[in-house]
Amino acid sequence: MTLWQIILLASIAVLALKLVGYLVPPRVLETPTAARTANLTTVALLSALIVVQTVSVGQQLTLDARLPALVVAAGLLAVRAPFILVIVAAAASAALLRMLGWAA
Amino acid sequence: MSDVASRRDARRASLAVGLAVSAYGVSFGALAVTAGLDVWQTCVLSLVMFSGGSQFAVIGVLASGGTAAGPAAIAGATLLGLRNTLYAVRVSPIVGPGWVKRLAAGHLTIDESTAVATAQPTLEGQRWGFWMTGLVIYVGWNLTTLAGALLGDLLGDVSRFGLDAAAAAAFLGLVWPRLTALQPVVVAVAAAVVAAVAIPVLPPGLPVLVAALVALVVGLPDLFGRRPGTEPLRAHDAALDEHGPPAPDAGEAHR
Repeated sequence: MTLWQIILLASIAVLALKLVGYLVPPRVLETPTAARTANLTTVALLSALIVVQTVSVGQQLTLDARLPALVVAAGLLAVRAPFILVIVAAAASAALLRMLGWAA
Repeated sequence: MSDVASRRDARRASLAVGLAVSAYGVSFGALAVTAGLDVWQTCVLSLVMFSGGSQFAVIGVLASGGTAAGPAAIAGATLLGLRNTLYAVRVSPIVGPGWVKRLAAGHLTIDESTAVATAQPTLEGQRWGFWMTGLVIYVGWNLTTLAGALLGDLLGDVSRFGLDAAAAAAFLGLVWPRLTALQPVVVAVAAAVVAAVAIPVLPPGLPVLVAALVALVVGLPDLFGRRPGTEPLRAHDAALDEHGPPAPDAGEAHR
């Protein structure tokens, strides 16, 4: 599979999912079970992506500057800092730790 | 509320959310280039897929697994994009009839446009909120994606600047406003554990999909729910609070 094929297939699939929603009469998908499970799927996926992005390199688990940066981000989110500040602070923390040589 | 006032409120919320979310396209662009995409491929993701969570999932999986992880990247993006279908069902009456309008609205159906629209008290405000948030983010997100991709191309290895950590922080910002009850917290923790256990034993991309099963295990029988069957579908509210994190949908976010 080439990179272009992956990108186009994934893009079309995501776009199609949006359009499908406009063909469905309202209420059909609004059963409590469907809505609840869809919302929880988003939570599960995002949570898993955080772990993958923070502690893995390929198939290896590693601890490096990303974990302390994530802790900084969590602290800022807890005090309701603006989203963009959270992102910038996380990046800056990791960059600083690497510059100082305190973390890989 | 008068139409004038509801339009004004909707415009204000749209701009605040739209500009904040757009700024964050820079990190998507830079990360995509680091993951091995060229500038065109990066821009196609923002132009066509246009759903932050799914876009980050694609480049996250490709960054760790390369093109061999292509099917997992597509599956991850698609699963994350499922919530847009529910949003579309929800905003469909706000958009109204006319297939050209509905096609355009479909493209703009993301966490933020849904969240801003559904938070407005009048139909007029809801229409303004949906279209303005969607259009501001569409234009802004694509411009910043291009800027980030060009910048990332120039800078080379962006881990020096901590951009790999920015991706994790972005996902955290997306999930944070959803952790308002026991049930989503249980799912988040369980999914994180499943992913961590699966990373060394499964090929890149699959741990995320296996972790998604946690949502089905908890969601279908409504384990840890407060009052079974009373949770309505709604875009989370954080994007509406100008002081809170406007989670890019990410789609969800709230990209």
